[in-house]
Amino acid sequence: MKSTAALDVSGLPEFGFGHRSLLWWGTICLMAIEGTAFALTIVEYMYLKGRVPHWPPGFAAPRLLWGTTNLIIILASTLPNQLAKNAAERFDVRGVRIWMVVCMVFALAFNVVRAFEFTGLNVWWDSNAYGSVVWFLLGMHTVHVMTDFADSLVLTVLFFTGPIDEHRFVDISENAMYWYFVVLAWIPIYAVIYLAPRVF
Amino acid sequence: MHIQSVLHPAGVEAGIVSHLWWVMFWTCAVVWVAVAGGMLLALRRGRARTAPGSERVLFRNVLVATGISIVALVWLLFESVLTGRAQENLSTQHSLHILVTGYQWWWDVEYENPTPSLRVTTANELHIPVGRPVIVDLFSGDVIHSLWIPNLQGKIDLVPGRLNTLTLEADRPGVYRGQCAEFCGAQHAHMALVVVADPPDIFERWLTANRAPAPPPGNPSQVRGKEVFERGPCAMCHNITGSLASAHTAPDLTHVASRSTIGAGTLPNTRGYLAGWIVDPQHIKPGNYMPPTGLSDEELQAVLDYLETLK
Amino acid sequence: MSRELTGTPEFLDADARLTSEALEREERQLRDTWKYARGFFGWCAETDHKRIGRRFLVTAFVWFAMAGVLAAMMRIQLSRPENTFLGPDLYNQIFTTHGTAMMFLFAVPVWLALGIYMVPLQVGARTMCFPRLLAYGYWMFLFGGIFLFLNFFLNTGPDVGWFSYPPLAGPEYGIGKRPDVWAQLITFSEVSSLVVATCIFCTVLKLRTPGMSLNRIPLFVWSMVVVSAMILFAMPAVMVSSTCLILDRLVSTHFFNAAEGGDPILWQHLFWFFGHPEVYIIFLPALGAISEIISTFTGRPVVGYVAMILSLIATAFIGFGVWVHHMFATGLPQLGQSFFTAASIMIVVPTSVQIFNWIATVWSARRLQLTSPMLYALSFFFIFIIGGLTGVMLAAVPLDRQVHDTFFVVAHFHYVLIGGSIFPLLGTVTFWFPKLTGRMMDERLGKLAFWILFVGFNVTFFPMHLLGLAGMPRRVYTYPASMGWGDMNLLASIGAGIMALSLLIYLVNVVVSLRSGALAGDNPWGVATLDGATASPPPPYNFLPQPTVGSREPLWHTDIAAPAVVGLAPDKREVLVTHVLDAEPDHRYEMPGPSIWPLVTALSTTLMFVWSIFSPWGAVWGSIPIAVALIFWFWPTRGKSPERLAADAAAGQLTPREMVS
Ligand code: HEA
Ligand code: HEA
Ligand code: CUA
Ligand SMILES: [Cu+2]
Repeated sequence: MKSTAALDVSGLPEFGFGHRSLLWWGTICLMAIEGTAFALTIVEYMYLKGRVPHWPPGFAAPRLLWGTTNLIIILASTLPNQLAKNAAERFDVRGVRIWMVVCMVFALAFNVVRAFEFTGLNVWWDSNAYGSVVWFLLGMHTVHVMTDFADSLVLTVLFFTGPIDEHRFVDISENAMYWYFVVLAWIPIYAVIYLAPRVF
Repeated sequence: MHIQSVLHPAGVEAGIVSHLWWVMFWTCAVVWVAVAGGMLLALRRGRARTAPGSERVLFRNVLVATGISIVALVWLLFESVLTGRAQENLSTQHSLHILVTGYQWWWDVEYENPTPSLRVTTANELHIPVGRPVIVDLFSGDVIHSLWIPNLQGKIDLVPGRLNTLTLEADRPGVYRGQCAEFCGAQHAHMALVVVADPPDIFERWLTANRAPAPPPGNPSQVRGKEVFERGPCAMCHNITGSLASAHTAPDLTHVASRSTIGAGTLPNTRGYLAGWIVDPQHIKPGNYMPPTGLSDEELQAVLDYLETLK
Repeated sequence: MSRELTGTPEFLDADARLTSEALEREERQLRDTWKYARGFFGWCAETDHKRIGRRFLVTAFVWFAMAGVLAAMMRIQLSRPENTFLGPDLYNQIFTTHGTAMMFLFAVPVWLALGIYMVPLQVGARTMCFPRLLAYGYWMFLFGGIFLFLNFFLNTGPDVGWFSYPPLAGPEYGIGKRPDVWAQLITFSEVSSLVVATCIFCTVLKLRTPGMSLNRIPLFVWSMVVVSAMILFAMPAVMVSSTCLILDRLVSTHFFNAAEGGDPILWQHLFWFFGHPEVYIIFLPALGAISEIISTFTGRPVVGYVAMILSLIATAFIGFGVWVHHMFATGLPQLGQSFFTAASIMIVVPTSVQIFNWIATVWSARRLQLTSPMLYALSFFFIFIIGGLTGVMLAAVPLDRQVHDTFFVVAHFHYVLIGGSIFPLLGTVTFWFPKLTGRMMDERLGKLAFWILFVGFNVTFFPMHLLGLAGMPRRVYTYPASMGWGDMNLLASIGAGIMALSLLIYLVNVVVSLRSGALAGDNPWGVATLDGATASPPPPYNFLPQPTVGSREPLWHTDIAAPAVVGLAPDKREVLVTHVLDAEPDHRYEMPGPSIWPLVTALSTTLMFVWSIFSPWGAVWGSIPIAVALIFWFWPTRGKSPERLAADAAAGQLTPREMVS
């Protein structure tokens, strides 16, 4: 009977949170892609701004009200987001359910206010290049909020219906990280859309 | 031959660039021989199964080779920047101003003058005086084009919404050819431009001649031709100063008979080709914006008779 | 990460033993667990990285053949002045489809395909990260290619060049839906490359076998990591710009419309911010592969491992800072342009470091073998360098303004693309053919094809330098006889015929060798990397037992103790996840098996992409089937009751919070 030296890994856990998990790295890649896209769109905005003497060209700056409301909503949403993440990392099914529902409420509110944001831009996408780029910027962020909303909704439903196991908690944790990204992206985009036309 | 060649400069700017080209060419040739030769030597030694040298020595040699490359690269960078500088610093005193607008697929050429009646408009042909800097302002009427006359100067794009300028100076008389270099659609291949560099006095004579409106038609066929031109489809797009035709969406034909090509360098300007062009331009330059004119044979001959008078 | 170059890391000190009986038992179970899906349905549901990698490779070569045939047609048209073989409308569609397909459907994906196949084998992993996502990436690639060529045959092939400059590609001047086809093809290939890049990136970071710290990763794998990272940061630029172009055309935005405050030059910046990195995405994997080939056939590690890696990374970084060298003729300010000249010249340095290291490697060869893969690798030094040197010339603004958009540039990029990527590719396919199929390719035919290709290539593309200098612009469907370009063009066309002949021989070699090539055995070339430690082709589970490594060249240092991994459940598709830097074992993870949903999702994505060419509502309604398919895709099948979970948590079966980091 031949035998060789062996490294026994059977005692290792079957999952890991944070940077130990594969999904975390997958999410990082996604954030790198989307983050670059956001950054380039902001560059695009600045580029177009630099080509005309007056900004915004021919239109009033966007209304501050709805954008700022959404800034507050999204910043506030980080609280239930973190609590859901904590609950997941404690394997606390009840906690996850509660906080995910709260997150859903925030995301829903954000999406509703977003509709008003579009009406408050004071310009149409086909009015001129300025209109095109603000609609594009806001639209891109909206797509992210909506997909993350849909994604979280499915996870939330899953936590009520099952089946769940350890890996679903990892999913919740990564989902929360991605939401942080969406929040973080909104801050510069908010600044560009609402403040750049006023400040410069 | 050689009327559209980088290696046969006939202008100041092109001359400077051709110097840079030869510097680059010889440097790169040496580098190629050195590296390819180095590989061949290495193969010979590798084959010979000589005892492998020490890694330290190998590493040092790589470092040395890299160092040499960096020196060569910095040198090429300097040459390139200095060449650019030299071009920038050329004097533009007493320069001639020309406005060139690119359209799918022809060139509109205007010689500016404060007095409107002294302006000259022509198409697909650029006449310049030898020994005098020419500043060409470039606009685009539709998509991006690029004006390139290699014997005189490198190219620059004609971009909608922007003004670019090209400075050039011919240092010997001759006929050169320029061509649109940026892909601009179906007939990008047929968007050329004849460049005539003449001694200043001949140039001035050309300019004066071109200021004049078209002469009135002489014989009845020419009169008939003019009438067909003015009443028929031609006048919807073309201009002939001195006639009723005054549209500007196609090349100005006031002095078309003095030009050497038709269709922006597509065909020589002879009666036969011109006839073919007028009858069926789509056959000769598929996709261009001139529709078949549907002239009868009699009308065609009359128009040709008339056009031939537009010296 | 500062592990010794060789020597067993302490976490590999093994007290367990693996007996041969246990191995046999495990093999039966593994075979059953990992078995390939069967039948047509199984074919559609396959998620194995080897199967998908092979499919990817074959598909990419099919697109290559089609794009190559288009090239041959262009060469026929250009062989004589005023030729009427192709009219302008068709010629323009052909050169655009040729360029687009070569870049987006062949040169990038073909290396990703080899990465998909080889990376898990070279890092000693059972499979690839996110196998279902990988399958989705393949389907998107396949449908994208079909989409492009279908449109080409329907006479709606794109016709505005592979970089589609507006306004020519914009709403006013673009013909019909042709520019939209181009833009949407970009979307297909972008989704596919991003997905694959993510899979490769995460595989290398997290699935390396224990002991393979960062400084023991094979150079090919390094190049794939760098390229994956480049894809992640470069593709978004073309994603943004092609979306803006579609919006301009579909819903009348004005991003590139100068009349309404937009700017056509903005497009060029965005496109080339992607486009230049793109050419290095095509180039760097070839460098990695050349390193593997040269190391194998000189019988020694490549000189300067760390310098090689730093060069790859430096090239990737600088590659993002040179895009304006494609725009020197647009009339940007001189000073800014000089910066980009300097950057373009700087990028030569890392390339030259690698070249010199390889020469040093050959110089100090232990046993030099001039096999056909090696010939392909060596040809790089004679032809790629010509292309690189003309690149340096193009980086000089005054010179570029002369030869920009002429056949000189066409010569430059075929020299670098074919000399720098396609020659190495053909060598690499020969090199890894045994791993892919279990059989060797014929050496005699291989060398014959190589020499014919080498001659044909130079006959085709060398004259193009001269044509460019003699004033011939690119993208012209014909030229007047009086220009004197006829002879050189004829020569180039003859060369293209020679290339076609040689590629045909290559193809015949592949087909014949598939049937009757010599059986390869595990490691026919004697490679140093882990792919030589398993059968050719590898079993579905790749390795039994999973090896660990104690050095950079594990198969050459058999004296160093590298214990086998045991304890992965054989009845589940379980893989070992390790730490990013040191590849210390971290946890076991069960990979998902075959699934039909990636295909369904790809089909619904295709529906949405095609629909949204015609109506903006396509993007809205088309996303619903995608969402549904995704839910089915990700809906889990396994679970525990809440009580079980609570009990497990209480029993300490679930990792306590301290393990969370
Ligand atoms: C594999 C792809 C690939 C690679 C590797 C390169 C490499 C380089 N390229 Fe090229 N390039 C393309 C693909 C590639 N290119 C394509 C597809 C286009 C055209 C796109 C289009 O318009 O359709 C293009 C166009 C292009 C242009 C624009 C031309 C124009 O449109 O006018 C420029 C200008 O600077 C350029 C420069 C360079 C440089 C400086 C390098 C350098 O990286 C080269 C470095 C290598 C060497 C120099 C050789 C080896 C080095 C030594 C032996 C050391 C010693 C050397 C010296 C001392 C000089 N390239
Ligand atoms: C990796 C990229 C790549 C590759 C490999 C090639 C390969 C070739 N290219 Fe291409 N080319 C480009 C990328 C590439 N090209 C790009 C990006 C452009 C710019 C496009 C633009 O301007 O927009 C371009 C443009 C371009 C032009 C300029 C067109 C113009 O400006 O007007 C020409 C002209 O000669 C040309 C020729 C060729 C030839 C002869 C080959 C040959 O090497 C091809 C050899 C291959 C074959 C001949 C096929 C052989 C196949 C078989 C034998 C198998 C048969 C198989 C079956 C039946 C299944 N190419
Ligand atoms: Cu105008 Cu090309
Ligand atoms: Cu480049």
